Amino acid sequence: MHNKTLIELAAGLRSRSYSSVELTQHFLSRIQQHQDLNAFITVSEDIALQQAEQADKKLANDDGGLLTGIPLAQKDIFCTDGVKTTCGSKMLDNFIAPYNATVVEKFNDAGAVMLGKLNMDEFAMGSSNETSFYGASKNPWNSDTVPGGSSGGSAAAIAARLTPAATGTDTGGSIRQPAALCGITGLKPTYGRVSRYGMIAYASSLDQGGPMARSAADAAQLLQMMAGFDTKDSTSVDHPVPDYSADLNQPLQGLKIGLPEQFFSDDLDQAIASVIQAAIDEYTKSGAQIKSVSMPHLDYAIPAYYVIASAECSSNLSRYDGVRFGYRCQNPQDLEDMYTRSRGEAFGAEVKRRILMGTYALSAGYYDAYYLKAQKVRRLISNDFKQALSEVDVLMGPVSPTTAFKLGEKTGDPIQMYLSDIYTIAINLAGLPAMSIPAGFVNEMPVGLQIIGNYFEEAKLLQTAHQYQMVTDWHQRTPHGFE
Amino acid sequence: MEWEVVIGLEIHAQLATKSKIFSGASTAYGAQPNTQACAVDLGLPGVLPVLNQEAVRMAVKFGLAIEAEITHYSVFARKNYFYPDLPKGYQISQFELPIVGPGHIDIDVDGNTKRIGVTRAHLEEDAGKSLHADFQGLTGIDLNRAGTPLLEIVSEPDMRSAKEAVAYMRKLHELVRYLEICDGNMQEGSFRCDANVSVRPKGQQEFGTRTELKNINSFRFVERAINHEVERQIDVIENGGTIIQETRLYDADADETRSMRTKEEANDYRYFPDPDLLPIYIEDSLKAQLKSELPELPAAKKERFMSQFGLDQETAGILTSTRELAQFFELTVEASDNVVKLAANWISGDLIGALNKQSLEITESPIDPVRLGGLIKRISDNTISGKIAKQVFEAMWHGQDSADDIIEAQGLKQITDTGAIEAIIDTIIANNPKQVEQYLGGKEKVFGFFVGQVMKETQGKASPAEVNKMLKQKLKK
Repeated sequence: MHNKTLIELAAGLRSRSYSSVELTQHFLSRIQQHQDLNAFITVSEDIALQQAEQADKKLANDDGGLLTGIPLAQKDIFCTDGVKTTCGSKMLDNFIAPYNATVVEKFNDAGAVMLGKLNMDEFAMGSSNETSFYGASKNPWNSDTVPGGSSGGSAAAIAARLTPAATGTDTGGSIRQPAALCGITGLKPTYGRVSRYGMIAYASSLDQGGPMARSAADAAQLLQMMAGFDTKDSTSVDHPVPDYSADLNQPLQGLKIGLPEQFFSDDLDQAIASVIQAAIDEYTKSGAQIKSVSMPHLDYAIPAYYVIASAECSSNLSRYDGVRFGYRCQNPQDLEDMYTRSRGEAFGAEVKRRILMGTYALSAGYYDAYYLKAQKVRRLISNDFKQALSEVDVLMGPVSPTTAFKLGEKTGDPIQMYLSDIYTIAINLAGLPAMSIPAGFVNEMPVGLQIIGNYFEEAKLLQTAHQYQMVTDWHQRTPHGFE
Repeated sequence: MEWEVVIGLEIHAQLATKSKIFSGASTAYGAQPNTQACAVDLGLPGVLPVLNQEAVRMAVKFGLAIEAEITHYSVFARKNYFYPDLPKGYQISQFELPIVGPGHIDIDVDGNTKRIGVTRAHLEEDAGKSLHADFQGLTGIDLNRAGTPLLEIVSEPDMRSAKEAVAYMRKLHELVRYLEICDGNMQEGSFRCDANVSVRPKGQQEFGTRTELKNINSFRFVERAINHEVERQIDVIENGGTIIQETRLYDADADETRSMRTKEEANDYRYFPDPDLLPIYIEDSLKAQLKSELPELPAAKKERFMSQFGLDQETAGILTSTRELAQFFELTVEASDNVVKLAANWISGDLIGALNKQSLEITESPIDPVRLGGLIKRISDNTISGKIAKQVFEAMWHGQDSADDIIEAQGLKQITDTGAIEAIIDTIIANNPKQVEQYLGGKEKVFGFFVGQVMKETQGKASPAEVNKMLKQKLKK
């Protein structure tokens, strides 16, 4: 059951091959069996089974939609009414939201079953899952390596077949990089495509929720549910939501693929470069045209990102003050003591580092030199992409400069860790949609191909990915021990 | 040395929207603590602000009323600082691109009109309240007020005395209530004032170092606080000291200002554009629509009252001080068949006096314009004298009857039968020969005695003019 696609699972439910309760129990037992992956922070077994029972009643009446009765899991950044939402932090270890994120609400309305809440880097700040207060999730392909981050729990759980699909969020690569490192399919939508309401903020102008699944076809089903304007999120965009599955099977006619020079510099691992080249060759075989494009400002993406994201996070995380919810230190002596110890004791090192960087960047006398300059760079990068995408349909390149690295390998060197997002960060700055799809292996570890599209062209990305997945089977490979 | 005072005011007017500026929670005053604070007001994780468009419309109306530039493009910014009653650790405000740009307000002081510049007005959210009583050494937090929309109106440093500052504040107070964008209730904190005060030797161009006086929430306190601060600053300088740029709190009980924090201790607010909110775009069509919805503003109304009704500046000023009072006056004039002068005098005198005695607003007046107009009609057509009118007014205040009913029931109609008055006068003259002798001997003061006697005898119902005329004739003989 756990190897089926969403459409197959839905068909099975409708043909009464199994009930939603049976399906849910199957995945719950797999989660139990593979606890050592540490993919989940919370398993919401009781709620899942209740939801499954309700779904079965609907299915018995031939009610509901494609996701009715399908078990899914939420990254622990999406607030869930009645189930704790930790955001991977000690700060929120006791936090139960009295509301659902809009994304969660949509899945609930669709009759989906929530298996639980997935592990993540603390407040989505990290590229390896290692900043999680609950310990890193492990990569199912090799449990000594990281699953990537911040949506590492989502990627690990999908790769290990602990859930058919899941949500993730992507601020600088947090869907695509773990998808690449775990050999699954992940899509970061256009900024504003998916509501951020109830999705705990890291860097508001960059954060975007999106689907993570085993295939582009499944990701299309999930995005269909997640996308749309939300009056509760002023930055969500009132743009029609197309049928993301409608054109999946249409062959790509004369697809123009742009290859950014800056994505294929000498810094890229040669073995990974070969995998990416092979994937691109697959597209040329089916008639795609290749064009080299130059995006001169990409080199500044990482510094610009860390100024903007840190600035926003320093402000976004001010609400965690021990006053109204979340962690409060023992026996505070006075207000100052309560603030400093509550925050000092409950935030991890990476979160503190970014709060400090952001506070500095916004300080009087530095604002122009850092924040404003970074915003200018951001505009230049966006313009680079706009220019490139006016010449081609999609851009392609690697997702990550390396395959999954060893647990602990980069924790002592933040700069090395930040560089693992070198190919993904610029896309967030530009607000564009992008995907990571499995494209092969290097030393038995998955490699992801990144496909970047124009604003609101998620359907084209999904179609491009699906056409590749029709002629390759990288996305169907299963890590040993999880078949 | 002669000193010149320089004052600029920052006024926070709470906008009269039903719900908060970024959430759907109610803004009603006086609810149980934390019952009007939703997830957004509490700053819970993941929630997002959504701008209340009504607040924008109100801000634009204000801008139009002070002939200010309404920015086409305006941005919300976060003002970052930690405080327990500031739920998000930042206040959503505006910094570089406020919604209302430069405008002005004209004030009248000692018969002169002076134009005060308004630098800007911007939208922001209010914080909650920290409660220190009743918690045994702990602090309670009430977030009902958190997220209430405020319009912060910043003036130029154009005022040169506490009196001018008060006049400016009153003008603004009057204006926001005319526009119905703020209830102006100062006790409930709907209209609050901070003052920037400095002094400089008369004739000097550059400003002296200023201090900021926080939260002076009545017209009386503003005047007192500023005057105190001015005296303090002059004292410091004349004794060889220097003024430190600082924030001071006015203590109304002790009637003094105290230092709260100096510039060095001031927060670096690390303003930056709020990424959760889109910029506000004000279309010309919206401006035009709101402009057409503006009521007649106080200055224009005052002008009209002077030209249309022939009122003097002072009376026109009093009668236009609120929209409700002006409307009351106009309705009274109508009900009295255009007896303007009496209507103006009765409202600005007896009625306002009676209302003030009982701390009532004009909208709570026991006598409505129709009844008051009825009374004025009877004074004007000589049915009753002004003196009797006060008696009728008193009866109207305590009951529901019309002036006519009261006059009829109590038999207060002026005696117009000259024969009857003549008879009374004759009797009085006959009974008081001594006084007659004194009067005829040149002691004209005694005339008043005769008038009094006649009025007494007629219970005030004789027309005083008629009595005077007849007495003079009779006493000549």
